[in-house]
Amino acid sequence: MAIADVKEYTHLSKEDVEALGAEFDAIRTRIEESRNADDAAYIKRMIKIQRGLAFAGRVTLFASHKKPAWAAGAALLGIAKILENMEIGHNVMHGQWDWMNDPEIHSSNWEWDTAQPAEQWKHSHNYVHHQFTNVLGYDNDIGYGILRMAREQKWSPVNLGQPVYNAALATLFQWGVALHDLDIERIMKGEKDPKEMKRQLKQIFRKGRNQILKDYVVYPALAGPNWKTTLSANVAANLTRNLWSYVIIFCGHFPDGAMHFTEEELEDETRAEWYLRQVLGAANFEGGELLHIMSGNLGYQIEHHLFPDLPSNRYGEISVEVKEICRRYGIPYTIGPLHRQYGQALRTIMKLSLPNGFTQPDGTPPPDELPRQRRKRRTDAEREPRRAELGSWSRGRTA
Amino acid sequence: MSVPKILTRVPERVERTDWKRVRTLADKLTTPLHPDDYLKLVNPLWSARELRGRLEDVVQETDDASTLVIKPGWGWSFDHEAGQYVGIGIEVDGRIQWRSYSLTSTPRRRGRRITITVRAMPEGLLSGHLVSGMQPGAIVRLAAPAGEFVLPSPPPEKILFLVAGSGVTPVMSMLKTMDRRGTMTDVKVVYSSPTADRMIFRDALLGLAEKHPSLDLTLRYTDDEGMFSLEDDLDATCPDWTGRQTWACGPGPMLDAAEEHFRAHDVEDHLHLERFTLELGENTGEGGTVSFQNSGRTAEVDGSTTILEAGEKAGIGMPYGCRMGICHTCTLTLVSGSVTDVRNGDQFAQPNEQIQTCVTVANGDCTLNI
Repeated sequence: MAIADVKEYTHLSKEDVEALGAEFDAIRTRIEESRNADDAAYIKRMIKIQRGLAFAGRVTLFASHKKPAWAAGAALLGIAKILENMEIGHNVMHGQWDWMNDPEIHSSNWEWDTAQPAEQWKHSHNYVHHQFTNVLGYDNDIGYGILRMAREQKWSPVNLGQPVYNAALATLFQWGVALHDLDIERIMKGEKDPKEMKRQLKQIFRKGRNQILKDYVVYPALAGPNWKTTLSANVAANLTRNLWSYVIIFCGHFPDGAMHFTEEELEDETRAEWYLRQVLGAANFEGGELLHIMSGNLGYQIEHHLFPDLPSNRYGEISVEVKEICRRYGIPYTIGPLHRQYGQALRTIMKLSLPNGFTQPDGTPPPDELPRQRRKRRTDAEREPRRAELGSWSRGRTA
Repeated sequence: MSVPKILTRVPERVERTDWKRVRTLADKLTTPLHPDDYLKLVNPLWSARELRGRLEDVVQETDDASTLVIKPGWGWSFDHEAGQYVGIGIEVDGRIQWRSYSLTSTPRRRGRRITITVRAMPEGLLSGHLVSGMQPGAIVRLAAPAGEFVLPSPPPEKILFLVAGSGVTPVMSMLKTMDRRGTMTDVKVVYSSPTADRMIFRDALLGLAEKHPSLDLTLRYTDDEGMFSLEDDLDATCPDWTGRQTWACGPGPMLDAAEEHFRAHDVEDHLHLERFTLELGENTGEGGTVSFQNSGRTAEVDGSTTILEAGEKAGIGMPYGCRMGICHTCTLTLVSGSVTDVRNGDQFAQPNEQIQTCVTVANGDCTLNI
């Protein structure tokens, strides 16, 4: 069973789906051929601004005993971290800028300002999440192994604590992400390859240690008598970044309208069907240019999932065409203001902390008979190999 | 000259230890970035992470050739060997494109500038841009000097340089080095060019010949005098050529002819050319069949032939740049199979992973998306 056989999409014939895929392919080709010096200047300007903000923030915090300096420094640093993680790091690691042939802005060796080592991110995010988007049991981003985000997922009394887990995840988001590729469940059952586990833990430890040292030891120490206020400002900056990236990421796939899929729908999936699943499983949010930059252009989540390795500054222009294609083929294109998209995600978190019988579903109703979901994560051996549709991808040497 | 060059060990960048220590400390402040990632925004030359240079001057040598004077940034080591080449990368339409050119400056430990001399090739987008499209102040990327086509120190007693066209560039560096060090031995130069106007470094060579009686120059203008034939002309021009260490640089057919001629006279060990081979580290693969998806062509390779060479052997238009793993121009998607990075032994075996074809070798059969 492929995605086109899903009840809602029986209006699309197999040929329709293939034609849809060809239209998306055409967009990809056109953008790839038109990447130019302006695009290169865009990412270089972004990097320059980001490093300038980070530098200004660090310097300002040397005077952090004064309240305005504390607030300004924390804000500058927080914004710098957000920019680095969202518009720069995330997108560079997707290979969006590999075409420039610049080893300094390349997916194979970018390391970002967060606890997760780049190499593990490129596995858990670029491959597992982007290829198996919203497929239950495959995509570990559905609730990050902590939250129950789909009615198809079996309820257990542990889920009653969801509001608390959610708040903890938002606060400590970078550490949640850091552990994301480890597969703690398998480790606890003793099924994880000990060699691989050791390698991953070592990477996480080294990266996390450097991050902690920098923000919570070295800069406060350099600030001398102002160590306490510098420390608290750095905590505030990291917290701001954590909360913001949490909100943006939860708006990508959890608002009403973003669909979940089952293992059966993955079977013999064609490139066109993969495209279709990306549109149906993602949700956009509206906003001005600044909001889009601060969210790494992930407000164009649908476009990002269709073309994960095309330069993020082009998603806006791509979205016009994608919207039009969706209208022609009668495919829903989920979009709304940021607060509404996050509100819906939050409502789902609250509702699904209870068994299904207590609440009514929102958005696309799941099938009458909910498929049973395997609880255990797949290993790479059980997953389909990585698809070429995900674009440029290479492992790093740095981490 | 601009040719695909050989892969050699990239020399360790020279840095004083105290400076290194400061940088390690500063790393703690900028992690996961390096201090240079910030400093280069102030001055592009203040970064040793990627080698950069600032173009200081463009000196026109002939109608179609110019010498670029470049001030390299941090991390550059000036003690290259005479005859070596550098990779130079410039941004065209947002993309960095790489070529290799022989250094025409002499190596000196306390140097400040390097020069390369470039001839604009017909339809050569990049060489044309380098010769006439660059303004002083432009920032270029550099790759560390490399190459085995070098003058030993001290130089041999008797030398013959066989050069044609822009092949003069590495030889110029060797002659200038012997001049500067006062080690000019018995040197014979046979240099061909279509006309006197097109002859790069003509005046400089004549000047050197005047200064050094032991330097004998034969200039050949092939438009009027015809091509220099090793068979017919060499014995007359340089009767003792079999007793000379010979460096030959020029177009492919000329090098082939030189190789044949020296072999026929059983003195092939006297001949030094740019050899287009690859010097590998200890990391090799198992070899296998490399398949190229779009054309369906294949190449059987051993464990020391790079994927790039395999593609070129199979007649695929493989993209390439520096040919030493720096520039990423050659990156392709490995659809299936496994390859090893010759620099560090890293294995890449995951489906649809991007690999740098110039520094990877096959581990068994593999398929590439080109």
